[in-house]
Order: sequence, then C-alpha cells, then structure tokens
Amino acid sequence: MIDFSYTAWILLLPIFLFIVIGLLGNRFKPIVSGIVGTSGLFIIWLLSLVTAYKYFFVLEKAADGSFLKFMAFNMRWLNLTDKLHIDMGVLLDPISVMMLIVITTVSLMVHLYSIGYMHGEKGFSRFFALLSLFSFSMLGLVVATNIFQMYVFWELVGVSSYLLIGFYYTKDSAVAASKKAFIVTRFADLGFLIGILMLSYVTGTFDFITLTGPDSPALTSGQGVWFLGLSTMTWSMIFVFMGGAGKSAMFPLHIWLPDAMEGPTPVSALIHAATMVVAGVYLVARLFPIYVFSAPVALDIVMWVGAFSSIFAAIIACTQYDIKRVLAYSTISQIGLMMFGLGVSGYGGHEGLGYMASMFHLFTHAFFKALLFLGAGAIIHAVHSNYMNDMGGLHKNLPITHATFLIACLAIAGVPPLAGFFSKDEILAAGSERSLLLYWVEMIVSGLTAFYMFRLYFSIFWGKKQEYHQTPHEAPKTMTIPLMILALGALLAGLIPFSNFVTSDRLPFVSHLDMGIAIPAVLVGLTGIVVAAFFYLKETDIPDKVFKALGSFSQAAFHKFYIDELYLFITKKIIFNYISRPVAWFDRHIVDGAMNGLAYITNETSDRIKKLQSGQLQQYALVFISGALLLVLLFVYLWTS
Amino acid sequence: MFEGIPLHWFLILGTIMFFVGIYGFLTRKNLITILMSIELILNSVNINFVAFNKFLYPDHLEGMFFTVFIIAVAAAETSIAIAIIINIYRRLVDIDVDKMNKMKY
Amino acid sequence: MSILTLFIIIPLLTIVGILFCKTDMQVKWVSVAGMGLQFINAIALILLFLAERRAGNIAEVLFVQDNLWYETLNIHFHVGVDGVSVAMIGLTSLVVFAGIFASWEIKDLHREFFTFLILLSSGVFGFFISLDLFTMFLFYELAVIPMYLLIGIWGSGPRHYSAMKLTLMLMGGSALIMLGLIGIYLNSAPNGGPLTWDIIKISKETLPMDMQRFLFPLLFVGFGVLGAMFPFHTWSPDGHASAPTAVSMLHAGVLMKLGGYGCYRVAVFLLPQAAHQVGWIFLILATIGVIYGAFGALWQKDLKYINAYSSVSHCGLVLFAILMFNQTAMNGAIMQMISHGIMTALFFALIGMIYGRTHTRYINEMGGLMKVMPFLSVAYVIAGLASLGLPGFSGFVAEMTIFVGAFQNADIFHRVVTIIAASSIVVTAVYILRVVGILLLGKIRNDEYEQLTDAKWYDKISVVSLILGITIIGVAPLWLSDMITGGLGPIVQKLLAAAPMMP
Repeated sequence: MIDFSYTAWILLLPIFLFIVIGLLGNRFKPIVSGIVGTSGLFIIWLLSLVTAYKYFFVLEKAADGSFLKFMAFNMRWLNLTDKLHIDMGVLLDPISVMMLIVITTVSLMVHLYSIGYMHGEKGFSRFFALLSLFSFSMLGLVVATNIFQMYVFWELVGVSSYLLIGFYYTKDSAVAASKKAFIVTRFADLGFLIGILMLSYVTGTFDFITLTGPDSPALTSGQGVWFLGLSTMTWSMIFVFMGGAGKSAMFPLHIWLPDAMEGPTPVSALIHAATMVVAGVYLVARLFPIYVFSAPVALDIVMWVGAFSSIFAAIIACTQYDIKRVLAYSTISQIGLMMFGLGVSGYGGHEGLGYMASMFHLFTHAFFKALLFLGAGAIIHAVHSNYMNDMGGLHKNLPITHATFLIACLAIAGVPPLAGFFSKDEILAAGSERSLLLYWVEMIVSGLTAFYMFRLYFSIFWGKKQEYHQTPHEAPKTMTIPLMILALGALLAGLIPFSNFVTSDRLPFVSHLDMGIAIPAVLVGLTGIVVAAFFYLKETDIPDKVFKALGSFSQAAFHKFYIDELYLFITKKIIFNYISRPVAWFDRHIVDGAMNGLAYITNETSDRIKKLQSGQLQQYALVFISGALLLVLLFVYLWTS
Repeated sequence: MFEGIPLHWFLILGTIMFFVGIYGFLTRKNLITILMSIELILNSVNINFVAFNKFLYPDHLEGMFFTVFIIAVAAAETSIAIAIIINIYRRLVDIDVDKMNKMKY
Repeated sequence: MSILTLFIIIPLLTIVGILFCKTDMQVKWVSVAGMGLQFINAIALILLFLAERRAGNIAEVLFVQDNLWYETLNIHFHVGVDGVSVAMIGLTSLVVFAGIFASWEIKDLHREFFTFLILLSSGVFGFFISLDLFTMFLFYELAVIPMYLLIGIWGSGPRHYSAMKLTLMLMGGSALIMLGLIGIYLNSAPNGGPLTWDIIKISKETLPMDMQRFLFPLLFVGFGVLGAMFPFHTWSPDGHASAPTAVSMLHAGVLMKLGGYGCYRVAVFLLPQAAHQVGWIFLILATIGVIYGAFGALWQKDLKYINAYSSVSHCGLVLFAILMFNQTAMNGAIMQMISHGIMTALFFALIGMIYGRTHTRYINEMGGLMKVMPFLSVAYVIAGLASLGLPGFSGFVAEMTIFVGAFQNADIFHRVVTIIAASSIVVTAVYILRVVGILLLGKIRNDEYEQLTDAKWYDKISVVSLILGITIIGVAPLWLSDMITGGLGPIVQKLLAAAPMMP
C-alpha cells in the first residue's frame, strides 16, 4: 500500500497561501501575490497529478479488480454524540481523484490567466488570496471523508464565491449579485443540513465509506414510511439533493448563477462554470449507492429536475444578449444534463453507464466551459462590453481567442471527435434506456445548445462589422496560453477511456459508442449550427422575425420566465413586508409596549396616591388623631364586649 | 389644699384642656398658636399624671417625676420649635402653616 | 488559596490601583495591566485545568476553596470550576481585555468608568466560579448594578430611559431568582440535616416535586430575562443602543451569558424533574425567540439594534439547546454562549469604532466604508460571517453541535422546533449580508467620509484579539468541546435519571 498521507498538503498549501497573501499581499508589489499564488497552485497541481497517477496506475486494486476507496488521512475535528463525530481528512476514490485533477488544472489556468486579466486592478492581491481560499475550500469539499466535512467546505466555497462575485465591491450590481448568490445557496444549504441531520440520526454515522459501502446502515434503516408515503431515507436524500440543487443552480434555485456573472470573468470560469457549480452533481455521485438502493424516488427527482433545468436554461440561453449570461444559462443546462445522467443511472457495470457518463461530462465540461469563459473574458477585455450587440467581426482581431473559442463551441455542441461529443453521447445512451421522453428532451437540448453557442460565436466573431473606439487587440501571453492549454483539453479529453477509471462501483468496464444514438445526436447538433449560421453569420433580420413570431413565449424566455420577479415578490413583498416589518412593529409596540405599559401604570398609580401627601401639617394631624381615636374606640369596644 | 375635690373633676379639666389643645392644633394657622396648643395638650397630660398620683398612689412619686420630665422636655421642644419658626419666618416672611408644604412628594 | 480566588482579587486590586492614579493615561494602563493579568490568569487556569484532567483527576469540580462565611444561614465562600465554568471564564477575560482597549477614547470621568467596568467584571468572574447559591447571587447583583451607572452616565441617546428600563427589568428578574434561590435553600435537605446553599450538595438530592414545579419557572424566567428570553428581551435593544462601546461588549458578550449559565447551572441542574415537565413551554418561547430575533433584525436600521436583535436570536438558541436535555445540545449551548460572546463583543466593538468616526449608527446614512476604513470593514465582514455560522469560526461549531444534538430527540415536537430554529440560519445570512452590503460595500454616499481614518493601534488590539478567539475555536474546536463535555457529565446523568425514557 502506498502512503498517500502527503495529500493533506493539497489542502494545507492553499489555505497557507490564502493566509500569506491575504495578510502580507499589500506589503509587496501586486505582481508578487500573483506569482506566489500561481506557483503555489502549480505545486498543488503537480501533487494532484502525482496522486492521480499513483492512484490509477500504481496502487494495487481490490480483490475484485475495483479501485480502492480509502482515507489517505483522517483526524478527529469535533465530537458530537457517542457515535457521531466530525472528522477532517482526505478520501481517495476515482471521483475524488478525478475532481482533484479538474479543480487544480482549471484553477491553475485561471490563476495564470488572471495575472494578465486582472493586471492593474485595485485589489489584485486580494483577488489571488481569495482564489487560494476558493481552491482550498473546493479541494476540501471533494476529498471530504464524511458528509459533515463536505458541508463545512460546502459553506466555505459558498463564502469564497460570495467574496469573489462581490470583488468589485463598489459596484452595486456586483454587491447585490453576491448577496443573492449567497442567500439562495444558503437557503438550499438549510435543506442539505436537514438532510444530513436526518441521515445521521437514522444511520448513526457521517462517514462516506460506511454510508456507501456494501453493509451501509443506510440500506437497512430508515426504510419505513415516514411522511407523505416516503421513507425517512428518501426524505433525507431529497433534502440533501436540495443542497446540491442550490449549489448547482438547478431549477428553481438557479436564479443566482446568471447574476453571479457580475464577478470578474476568471472567477466565473473557475467557480461558476467548472468547479463549484458541479459540487451538487458531485454530492449526488458521492452518495449514489444510497440514492440507488434506498431512495429511488429521490433519484427520480434528480432526473426530472436535471432534465427540466437543462431544457429550461437552454431555451433562455437562446434569448440572452450578455455573453456571460448566455454562458451561465448554458452552464445550468449542461449541469442539468449531468444530473439527468445520474438520475437515469443504475448501479454497477453497464447499468451504471449514466453515472460514468455524468462524471465524464463533468470532466469534459470543465475544460470547454472554462475555456469559453476565459475566451469571453479575453473578448470583454478587448472590447470592454458584455453585450454581443457591441461585438462582431472580431475573428481577425483576436485570432487565438477565435480559434480556441471555436474549439470550445464545437466541443459543447457535441461535434466528434471533440470532448463534448463522447460524454454527451454516453448520457443520451443512458437516458434512452430509461425514458424515451426525456431522451428526446435531451436531444432537443443538445440541438439548442449547438444553436445558442454558435449564435454567440457568429455574432461575436462574424456578423456585422462594428466600429470600435480602439481597435481590439489580442490578449497578452498569460491569457492566451491558458486558452490554448484548455483548448487542448477540450480537443482531447473525450478520447480518454473514462469507463476504465470512473464507474459507479469502481469496477472498470468497456463502453462503446452507440451509433444509433451518436448519429442522430451529431445530426441534431449540426442542424443547430447550420441554423445559427443561417441566422447570424451575416447580419439579417431573421432572428427578430422568429423572435416576434414566437410571441409571448419568446418574451417570457427573454425575461427568464419571470422567475426572478417571483422570487423578488416572495422575498421583498412577503418576507420583508409581511413578516419582518410586523415582527419589528410587534416588538416595539406590543412586547416593548407591555413593558412600558407596566412602567406607565406604576407611574400613574404613584401619581394618584402621592396627592395624599399634601404637605399640610394639620391635615396629617387630623388623620393621625382620628386614626388614634378610632383605634382607641376599637380597643375599648373589644375590651368591653 | 384640694381636699374634697374629687378625682373626676381633675380628669374633666384635663380632658377639656386636651381637646382644646387638639382643636387649636388642628384649626389655628399661626405656628405660634399651634405651639401653644401643643403646650396645652402637654399640660393636660401633666394634670392627669399629678392627679392620678395624688389620688391613687399617694406614697409614690412617679407621677410627679414624669410631670417634671415633661415640663423639661416641653421647654426644650419649645425652644427648638421657636428656633425653627424664626428660621421659617426669615425665609418665607410668614408663619402660616398652610403655606409650609414645600417638602411634599 | 485557590487560583480561582485570584479572579476576584485581581480586579479588586486593579480598582485600588486605579483609585491611586493621577492621570487618565495611568488609569488606562493600570486597567490594561490588571485585565491583562486576569487574561493570563484565565489562560493559566485553562492550561492547569486541562493538565489536571489529563493527569486523571476526575473530581466534579477542581481548584476548590471553601470558607464558611456566615454561619447562621450556612453561607460559604465556596468556589470551584468544571469544564463549563473554565470555558466561561476564558470568554469573560478575553472580552474584558478587549473591552478595555475598546474604551480607550471614553470621554470623561476615566477613573470612575474603569472602576465600574472592572467591578462589573469581577462580579461576572465571581458568578462563574461560585458554587454557593448565595455568593453566586451576590456576584450576580454585583455584575448587574454597575450597568445602570455605566449606561446612565456614559451612555448616548435616551440613556436614562434605557438604563432605567434595563435595570428595572433585570431587577425584576433578580427578584424571581432570589425567591427561587431561597426556595431551593429551604428545601435543600429533604432527608433532614442542615440546610445548604451548596450547588454540589443540592445536586445530589432530589427536591420535592411540587416545590420544583413552583421554583423552576421562577428561576428559568429570572435568569431568562438576562439571557434575553422572548418576551423578556426588550431591555436588550434599548440598553445596547444607549450603552457605551465597552459596556455593550461586556453586556452582550458576557453578562447575557450569566442568564444562560444560570438557567443551566441552577434551574436545570438542581430542578431536573420540573425541567422535564414544564421545559416544553420555555422551549417554545426559545424557538420563537430564535426566529423572532432574526426577523426583527431584518427590519432595523440602527446598527446596534440589528445586533441586539441578532443577540436575541443567538441567545435564544442557547436556551433552546439547554432545554434539549442531552449532552450534545448542551455542549452546543455552552459553545454558543462562548462563540456568541466573542462574536457580539467584536460586533459592538466595531460598531463603536465606526460610530466614533461617522457619528451615526444608521446604516442608510453610511455606505462604502470598505474604501476608507479597510481594516474595520474587513473585521466587520469577518464578524458577520462568523455570526451567520461560517465554518472556520466558532459560530458554526456551536450551531452544528446544537442542531445535531437537538435532532437526537426523536419525537415530532423536538424535530419540528429544531427545523424551525435551524431555518434561522438563512434569515441570519440575509440580515448580515444586508448590513454588509449597505454599510461597507457600494459607493461612499457621504463625501465627508473620505477623510475618515482607519483603526488606531488600540482598536486593532481589541479587534484582533477577539477575531483570534473566534478563529481558534472555529478551526480547532476539539479541545474546547471535550473540556465542556467533561463538565456536562453530572448534569446529563441527573437529567437522564430524571427521565429514564430519554434516548
């Protein structure tokens, strides 16, 4: 057995970087922070690569040929009850190792890119400190050995995301967006917490290995009907999924993600495209055996939510003009696809195709979506606008960005042999075995995906020529190199035989391309591209006509189906006006009023009786003497009778 | 010298003096007269003491002693009272008891 | 003499020292020296305590000193600590230490201010180390009464009203407590023998049931007033708003904990049967307090009011957890007290410093402070994040322990109140982020604020020491949680014996 305990450094190094850059960053030139942060992350990246290599290729496998699932390192953090305790440690299994690679690679690229992108910004070193904090939190989340450690880091990624979205803290929209992101995910986290409480009460453990192992207490306990005809275990898994849905921006908790684009673009690429938002998918994957065996209803919910979110977001993405928002909705749609993949999956071998495909898509998506965002960042950097109406004909000015952006678009549209093709094909294959209806829904989604991505591509790089104040020019090397590396990933990641490494039961199996699904999927994708080219390659009025022809539906889609307005209504009107204000009023006037009233009554009473103390000597004497006389008479009367 | 005068005559005198004193105390507005009324009350008590002593316990002298005490205390009290009254007069230029209610509540 | 007696002697000596000082500067430095010594003493106590426990000393209370004080009523000066009181002493010394630095710029009457402040702290220390109900009550009053003067003389706004309201409500609570304590004393020997005020001795007895049912509400409400239990919390917003910075810090940070600690140490510990019978009423009140405080804070515009309502919510959680009657939740309650104590002291310190610069506490009048006072703003964000229960800070540890513990009660009533109380974390996030968003972020709304200065060195000492406190507990909670758990043993056993059906 190889000693993996050094993996603790993968966690310790970034938090150390955060503290050092955070405290000392302002003492040096800003660039120092950037270099320190990037080189620190480079070391972490190397450590992760070494870990992955050792885990997948050197480490011996279990007796049945499956990859081991073990704790490289674990220490007690807090004792709760006799049975329950929170540990902090590093759990290694195929998905956590895979996530290590994804996070460190994308994070390294983003660090490198940010040196160029954030150049000259105020708060440069703060940015790098926060990136380190985020890397720490995200790495801690994926290697969590128990569900509570995951929750701890889950909250930490939430707050790093909050701080990074609100990076431009003097901009009101950024502040509002960061607040919204935090509160929506916090609300979802409440569900996660309740789910954890129920799960841990029923099973008596937080530990992932115990929970998902063959003798898991989750398989036997909590199966009885508890509420609304569902078992305790099902409810707890539904609540846990609520947390996952919040972080992964699934409908109806997706509203924060588009607004989160107010953050700097590298942040969007790292957090809101490649890593944090897939945490929900990762969470479901982590607890997958429980979902499959103990809570199939909850898994069905995962499937439906995933499928609905993917089509819903894809439709909205076709109508947006802010390029980062298009990408954000595209992210929601793609994550919906991953959730769908998990939802349709079974356990073990070919049954678990959906699981494998979902993880595979997570892996490839990280590359091309980070690439898209970084590309968008380079474009915004060049033209100083987020709106595609302000762009056009940029293919000559930004050759490298253009090429890499095209690769990413082809990858996400599912054109073979790029990365997205393989993973999406597997998900569709898994879906077709489960539900034909949803299979076709996802087919439409992939058509829409191709359409809106190429709508974006054509309107930015082709279409009408724009007059720019300054001629847009290519970004500096620190920005283009990450683009090229990620483009390489988007080109080649699909060729990895993923089912040899990551499967639901950790046993490798051979998956092959199903031509019956691949061919229609590719055709649908190409149709989307052709339609987009037809609409947007040259400046035409077809899009407007189509938009008008669809009438109120397209209007609704443009307004994101009014979900934001609904939330605003609930929070501002109902909670703020109809709960919080009455509570404040009640407190001031009823509770406090009662106290003040008590004081008032005391005061009044004393005011009334104090009149008796007139200060008139003779009045006092009269009362005194009559009292004395009365007493004497009383005594005499008592004495004699 | 008082042979033949029965006890209740003394008591009647004492009672009349007492109630005259009380009446004066309650009704007069002048502090000096109020003081004089107090003296009346005290002296009515003195008469009672002396009379009871003489008639009930002729061979004891406690009643006489008490009377002497009361006279002494009354003298002291009067001197203090008059001092207070003079001070009040200096401050208020008045010794009407109805106006002396500055220390109420 | 036990090390504990030093906790009373050091403040008294400091006061004597202050009386001999000539200048204001000397007064401050004598206070710093005294309270610094006290802080070191507290750390020494924690280390000694842990060492004793590790050496296998399993006595219920350590460092005992017992002197007969007034024989007729069998009153003793009896001190001793278990894990819980050690933790509370650590909290107090930290907050007092930070409070001295936070009141560096107090306007006038330095000598009197610091004298009362330290007198108050000695009352608090005395309360936490006492094992004799009578001396405990004596120290309790000693802690409450200087508050009136501190708010009435050095306060701001409607300070006379607030000081009077606070004092009268707390005195009302004290009256109930006194009744309850006398009741306990008179029933302290149900099996014959001399009556006693000794907590440890009484805890070994079972008081008559009808007496318990009468005394428990008295004591719980009496201490609950100080612990800001709904609906007896309204002294808190006004009192905090008018109090000077250090007094707010001490009051919210430490004095309100006397309430929670009293509920735990006296009401629940000595009257467990009654606690089981009527605890549910107070559990409902506590749950209402948790949610109600959070929603109340959402609407406020004055920084101190926001924080006062937030304290109602957090302290409600303390009472909530105490009434869950199991080890985990009680552990959480103690940790919540400590965590909230440091956190809210930090908040009030920062509010005081911000107010000292902007001369307003209305959030709508401020904005964009991050730009002009980065240190204070970052500290405020940290305090806010700690308050909304972010991992890495003490609040998270405490809240999670409470919720996990509360969830161990399997019946539907406890489940429902737990979920209701847990949902407060969302509302907390909303009001904290609202304040942070309006107050610190965005553009500067008032041009005069461009001239404001950031924290001075004494501000920094105060703030950094408190931030270190919440971070250390938040990052490495195991030692604290285990220390507290050790102290909870007797009370949990007693509660289990009172209700054998409990899981």
